[in-house]
Amino acid sequence: MFPRIVYESFRRQARRKLLAGIAITLGVAVATAMIAVATDIGDKINRELRSYGANLVVTPQEDTLDVEVGGLNLKPPSDGAFLNEADLPKIRGTFWHHNIVGFSPMLPVTVKLGAGSDAKDVTLLGTYFDKALRFGKEDFTTGVRITHPWWKVSCSDGRLAPPSRVEDPAAACSWPNDDSQNVLIGERLAAKLSKHSGDNLEINGRQLTISGILSTGGVEDDQIVAPLALAQQVLGKPGAVRRVYVSALTKPPDALSVRDPKSMTPEVYDRWYCSPYVESIAYQLQEAIPHSHAEQIRQVAQNEGTVLSRIKGLMLLITFAALLASALAVSAAMATAIYERRVEVGLMKALGAGDLVVSAIFFAEALLLALVGGLAGFSAGALLARQIGRSIFNSRISIEPVLFPIILGIAVFVTFAGSAAAIRRAVKFDPVFALRGEG
Amino acid sequence: MTTSTTPGTLLTPLQVANRRAHAPHTSMFMRMLLRAAVLRRRRAASALLAMIVAAAVATAMMNLYVDVQAKLRTEFRNYGANLVVVAKEGQALPADALSTVESVLGAKTLAVPFSYAVARTNDGQSVVVVGTDFARAHQLNHWWKVSRWPDAPNQALIGMRAAAVVGPGASPSRQPFALTFQGKAIQLVPAGMLQTGAGEDSRIYLDQSEFQNWTGVAPSTIEVAANGTAADVDASIRKLTQLLPNADIRPVRQIMEGEANVLNKTRATLYASATLVVLTSALCVLATLIGWVFDRRRDFAIMKALGASEHLVNGFFAAEAAALGVVGAILGFFIGIAVAVWIGRVNFHAPVVPRFSVFPYILAGSVAVALLSAVLPIVLLRRVQPAIILRGE
Repeated sequence: MFPRIVYESFRRQARRKLLAGIAITLGVAVATAMIAVATDIGDKINRELRSYGANLVVTPQEDTLDVEVGGLNLKPPSDGAFLNEADLPKIRGTFWHHNIVGFSPMLPVTVKLGAGSDAKDVTLLGTYFDKALRFGKEDFTTGVRITHPWWKVSCSDGRLAPPSRVEDPAAACSWPNDDSQNVLIGERLAAKLSKHSGDNLEINGRQLTISGILSTGGVEDDQIVAPLALAQQVLGKPGAVRRVYVSALTKPPDALSVRDPKSMTPEVYDRWYCSPYVESIAYQLQEAIPHSHAEQIRQVAQNEGTVLSRIKGLMLLITFAALLASALAVSAAMATAIYERRVEVGLMKALGAGDLVVSAIFFAEALLLALVGGLAGFSAGALLARQIGRSIFNSRISIEPVLFPIILGIAVFVTFAGSAAAIRRAVKFDPVFALRGEG
Repeated sequence: MTTSTTPGTLLTPLQVANRRAHAPHTSMFMRMLLRAAVLRRRRAASALLAMIVAAAVATAMMNLYVDVQAKLRTEFRNYGANLVVVAKEGQALPADALSTVESVLGAKTLAVPFSYAVARTNDGQSVVVVGTDFARAHQLNHWWKVSRWPDAPNQALIGMRAAAVVGPGASPSRQPFALTFQGKAIQLVPAGMLQTGAGEDSRIYLDQSEFQNWTGVAPSTIEVAANGTAADVDASIRKLTQLLPNADIRPVRQIMEGEANVLNKTRATLYASATLVVLTSALCVLATLIGWVFDRRRDFAIMKALGASEHLVNGFFAAEAAALGVVGAILGFFIGIAVAVWIGRVNFHAPVVPRFSVFPYILAGSVAVALLSAVLPIVLLRRVQPAIILRGE
């Protein structure tokens, strides 16, 4: 009899059930989307914070002092120690290689620009633009286009260079190919020399073609930026790299991150090593690249933690508000649905049903509604979260499968909580009044 | 009231007549509105509660949406300067450049002068020496890890890597050391070590006036942390370009674009979330109020049976819903402001300024939702004969 009552109640009062069901579905959908966004926002914002550039720098261990003012290095070019370019792909072999978004080697060389007596000293900076590399069986590309997203290359007429890696012969300017003899010229230097894209430059007696004008808002605006291989040829040191900028996704610093790994117990050391702190990633980079010293770039590394925790905290509080609002909406809908059925309760009680049986029927109905609405709401919420991820972050917001039972549990709990007061009142209501229609 | 009665106890008809005679003369319409709310206070209270919660959540969201952007901008200023004022080649910055920058950008802006020179140590190594204002640099560059800031004359801040040149090892030996610039020597005491992971590590920092006395080099660079939106910063750049013709005003693209990027994404997420939350709370109000109005179909039937026009009945329910919307909006608004202030304090450690300009929107929204939820059941009920409702079918 019990299942039949529940079944018939759904069949005959389809419209009322639909209303309550819609409320539950919408409430659960909003809750799911918000939880998904809130759990994933840390990772998403962390990636966006990478647009501030590299947060780690790797230098040779016995590095000599830079004597650099206004982007011009005053030291003899071959002075000092270098890293070996062949060691760089090993960065992809470190423990946290999935967290390493990209890296760019840098090799500044002071060169003579022009010929004869009016030659002047400028810095030629060798780097990767979008270099294809291989580590083990993994192919990847890296370079300044990933680690320095604010670098812009434009033609002399101000148009931006095409973003694609494929060379477009029709374009007047482009990012240089990593194995070409083409260079970029900083915008201030270009203005000073009145050079345009497509012009030639004479550097240390070589003729190089300018493929575009580079604008960075930094010292590179006064420099020439070339593929790394070209800079090594100019310097006469194949394979030499002065420093490597590494852009990594890190965890905000805490009490553990700042401790000295040498003074840790093995368990603490393991925990430290296996957390993506900027300090532990620096330590692992040092292990991967021989004779190197890795250091965090504090301007970038120290600030992202604060920004990240502020945004995460904010989303957490908003998610809480969303959960509260959807819980209230579901409770309100359930309360209304049950309140309307006092006559039925009166009838059941008049036929001899006890309070327990009547409550059980209502709770069973609520459970069914919560499960169906929860399922539909979870799917709708997942779609919503994905839509938010795609339109805002251009990437998917992943929904953890473990979220499903949690969401369903919350849906059932909220539906029960919302129904409980209404059910209690409906059961307590005198059947005589209910049947006479005086409520 | 002349007779003191507690509500709920039975009254004799005489007492009732007596009380009614002495009650203040309000119109029938008002009386019906008030009595309906008082007699069915539990249902009315739950409808009002839903209204208050919805209005509070909407207020908090709107307040935060506006305020959080300002709050985040202040957080982003911790990244340091977003503008650099550099003397054009071969020219010097005017002596009053710093005060010009400060007067243009207002009191809250931080501007730090820097001057550079290459000096030699006793054993002939070159090192870059920078003159600056330590108090300002400390405020601008929060990320500088400094073991001790200089606080006495002739004290210098030594970059991590420059330490190897002027003193043995990484630990500051506090041994005085000498530097020469164009034949002029100076004796300096290391005050502390500076670690940034960038170019600053290979420099030595001095107080600006001592630096200038020694080298005669005036500041060539002013780093500026300008507050405000991108448009504000652009306006500042234009103004500074006019006032300082000898200088280039360069935006630090790395900082400006990173900030714009993160801020835009956060704002979009916040907007999407706030919309969802406000919609959900409107849904909550809709569900509660429809139930409430639907529940009162007997009142509706009785009014019609007693000869009330369609117009009057509709007006009555609409007025009731509107009153609920107004009361809910007012109470909810203040609760919402309190919530926004609390969130500001918990998350940003700074007060959120209450925005009373949001109130008209909240009020209009609440009344609109309340009216909508009243109209829906009325439209449904209008087709039903009063007799059927009164018979309880």
